[in-house]
Amino acid sequence: MSEQQPLLAVENLQVTFDIMPRNAWPWTRPRKLRAVNNVSFTLNEGETLGIVGESGCGKSTLARAIMGMVPSQAGKVVWLGEDLRGLNLKQLRKRRQRLQMVFQDPLASLSPRMTVGDIIAEPLRTHYPDIKGTELREKVDAIMDRVGLHSHQKNRYPHEFSGGQCQRVGIARALILEPKLIICDEPVSALDVSVQAQVINLLKNLQREMGLSLIFIAHDLSVVKHISDRVMVLYLGNVVENAPRAELYAAPQHPYTQALMAAVPIPDPGRERAKPPAELDGDLPSPLDPPSGCVFRTRCPWATEYCSKEVPVLEDKTGAGHWVACHYVEKKGK
Amino acid sequence: MFFSDKHAGMGELADTLADDAYTEGRSLWRDARRRFMQHRAAVASLVVLALLLLFAAFGQYLSPWDNESIDWASLPNLDEDGVPSLASQHYFGLDPIGRDLYQRIVQGSRISLMVGVLGALTAVIIGTLYGAISGYVGGRTDAMMMRTLEVLSAFPFMFLVIVLMAVFGRNVLLIFVAIGAVSWLNMARIVRGQTLSLKRKEYIEAAMAVGVHPFLIVLRHIVPNVLGVVIVYATLLVPEMILFESFISFLGLGVSEPYTSWGALISEGADAMWTAPWTLIFPMLMLVLTLFCFNFLGDGLRDALDPKDR
Amino acid sequence: MAMLEVNNLKVDFDTPDGTLQAVRGLSYSLEAGQTLGIVGESGAGKSQGVFALMGLLPDNARVSGEVIFEGEPLLNLPEKQLNRIRAARIGMIFQDPMTSLNPFMKVSDQLTEVLVQHKGISRKQALQESLQMLDAVRIPEARNRIHRYPHEFSGGMRQRVMIAMSLLCRPQLLIADEPTTALDVTVQAQVMGLLRELQQEFNTAIILITHDLGVVAGSCDQILVMYGGQMMEYAATRDLFRDPTHPYTKGLMGAIPRIDEQIDELVTIPGNPPNLMNLPPGCPFCDRCPNAEPRCYHELDPPEHFEQGRIRVCNVPREAIR
Repeated sequence: MSEQQPLLAVENLQVTFDIMPRNAWPWTRPRKLRAVNNVSFTLNEGETLGIVGESGCGKSTLARAIMGMVPSQAGKVVWLGEDLRGLNLKQLRKRRQRLQMVFQDPLASLSPRMTVGDIIAEPLRTHYPDIKGTELREKVDAIMDRVGLHSHQKNRYPHEFSGGQCQRVGIARALILEPKLIICDEPVSALDVSVQAQVINLLKNLQREMGLSLIFIAHDLSVVKHISDRVMVLYLGNVVENAPRAELYAAPQHPYTQALMAAVPIPDPGRERAKPPAELDGDLPSPLDPPSGCVFRTRCPWATEYCSKEVPVLEDKTGAGHWVACHYVEKKGK
Repeated sequence: MFFSDKHAGMGELADTLADDAYTEGRSLWRDARRRFMQHRAAVASLVVLALLLLFAAFGQYLSPWDNESIDWASLPNLDEDGVPSLASQHYFGLDPIGRDLYQRIVQGSRISLMVGVLGALTAVIIGTLYGAISGYVGGRTDAMMMRTLEVLSAFPFMFLVIVLMAVFGRNVLLIFVAIGAVSWLNMARIVRGQTLSLKRKEYIEAAMAVGVHPFLIVLRHIVPNVLGVVIVYATLLVPEMILFESFISFLGLGVSEPYTSWGALISEGADAMWTAPWTLIFPMLMLVLTLFCFNFLGDGLRDALDPKDR
Repeated sequence: MAMLEVNNLKVDFDTPDGTLQAVRGLSYSLEAGQTLGIVGESGAGKSQGVFALMGLLPDNARVSGEVIFEGEPLLNLPEKQLNRIRAARIGMIFQDPMTSLNPFMKVSDQLTEVLVQHKGISRKQALQESLQMLDAVRIPEARNRIHRYPHEFSGGMRQRVMIAMSLLCRPQLLIADEPTTALDVTVQAQVMGLLRELQQEFNTAIILITHDLGVVAGSCDQILVMYGGQMMEYAATRDLFRDPTHPYTKGLMGAIPRIDEQIDELVTIPGNPPNLMNLPPGCPFCDRCPNAEPRCYHELDPPEHFEQGRIRVCNVPREAIR
């Protein structure tokens, strides 16, 4: 795409799960659940990509497929010019030094019977078994300090911390190997509002100071707004829109993005009440049996006969990197 | 939060106040110990079991007799001279062929407790690792390992024991082999089930994302977290193993003379229970007491280790 | 006389580690047909305060104070009487619909059971009314779906079924405890819209408990902000958002990521929610408050009352808040 080699380029990634129908025989053919369908994007160094979608849209699966924790069936995950999908587990484990992850549930992502210090040190012990004693302790202290934890709390156990502090521990664990990319899977959705802002700001500062790239996954558009350079919207495993932040928020093109935007409650009684009522009806269709043609057509206010026949292609509608997958969004070439 | 568990979980409210110097963590094990100490029956059982252990180890020095020699002086008139008495220093009386029952019970306790503990230990080590690996690896390996387990548990072990006895003769070692072979099967199944649910936990995923070796994930993250269930099950397994041995011995297939066990003693006592009831009563009391204690202990441990599952 | 009056409500929990003060002297009132939003973070005591009204707290809870619902005292009523009030006059919606729907019973049976028991009408009539109610909460093809089991409904539909169930006996008061927290944003918008419409139709008063200021902005008449088991501020919705007078309310508003405005750096409230086992004798918010004075750690002034029923609990005068 650009002259610079992207940090991560995902090309047509596909993840399917085999679902055994109930009362099946061992030799029955399983049904295919397509959790991630033809997802492509690139991420440059120092950039943040926000991935937004409702539950069941495949955003967490996508994150795990990039990490190689969930097997993918087709496509490429090119990390610094090398396709991670071709690597064996041992090689993959080595790459994970530079590719870390922060999880949604801060307490559940920390081993309950390990002290916080041991949890943070575990990545170092795994990849650099030579670092021991004082050196290890100093590194752990430094990183705890960096994420806003007191280093004297390191002999404590996760259940003694609040949600926000646990998430800081999770971030410290991801940071200690000095990664280039951190995939944050809904890192703030389980936290209290006042603590959410702390964690978002912490991630933002860390990114600025350490030149990190982030993939920031969230279920609503307001959270990623403050941290992303680009935002990608997923629906039923498909990318429906992928655009630079400013453009996406100023002029969302896809009807789903528009609905998602309208659904976010605004903490301002005047504006919130002036908003038109929710336009998106119905529920997410079953991913086992996705609609033909455009996946969004069953809930789309613009849907026509044509949408059920033809799958819309994700194209750059403005020529400036605003990708939309919809038949009815005009292409405005320069 | 106040509904899910009333007693535990308050710790998740971080205490922001005790911020001086290096604060020592309050581990889940320590919480469990505190809860265990509040369970009176379990603590009492633990004390009784400790006394039993001391009895088995050093009890023989409290009596001038030994477990093999026959008290010829009392033999002619067993029904009267063989009754338990402090004067004759046959505290528990004599057995039907004139040996000191006290010493025989001391010796039998050793075998029975050893069988129980060893059986539980095999179960803990083999069962936990087998189950954790099977559950963690999953897929085809899991299927293979579980089918193997099913085949093993479908095998009639009593029959195997009888065949082994017939071929090799009666031997304490065989008892251990037989008990070791059966004891871990259920444990492996339980641990596998636990592992399957743990595998979905985010901290296991986190360890995977960090790049920890799968075997280390099992050892460091899965085993400590299933240990609570394992310990509870193991304490309940001990009496089961003791009973299993007693059963084999009762059938006359267990340990061979001059060694004995609770089961063998009960078997002998049952034959003589009309003429010399103490030969049945004392070994039976030991067995019942032990079983009770282990069950109470298991109960207390369960309350202490997984308070949420009550 | 207000429909619901709560005076100096206190809830303590006895735990092995000591007493946990979940609610420390909460007072408010609610008029018929109005919506009160109770906003706060985890540990603010917002749910416990309402569960106490309903007698839904576990055995280790101690409740004191006074609650008057339509002229009748509600606290410490015998279980039997309370049950009658709970089902017929006060409805309840929980965050997770599965906590109040029985997974082994068909939805139709669960709905009709409520009606048969509390209104004493026949099964046939009850089924008819249940169907009407499911139509009212916009469940498509209610006639076919009513005979299904709860797990056959999606999350949003389940929440609708629960709303239908809580409204069956036409209660005067509906308590909604984080009704949309487990739902996706688009479904949340649907459910909140539905609640607003139903309120107008049935003229029910609602207590809406949530941590999301965005949700209360759209649907509440008054808002009560709680922190550490205490009321911090109480005001009409528009007044509260236009001019928050409490440092905590201010901080909370700055911390919300907003979709309608461009903010470069979110304002944060430093520190963590308080430990309810070990609250300071003064203001619970003192160690996170940018305006805290030394005396805030030891004492807290009684509530100040302002125009239009606005109440504020803070030692620092309104004008001096940064």
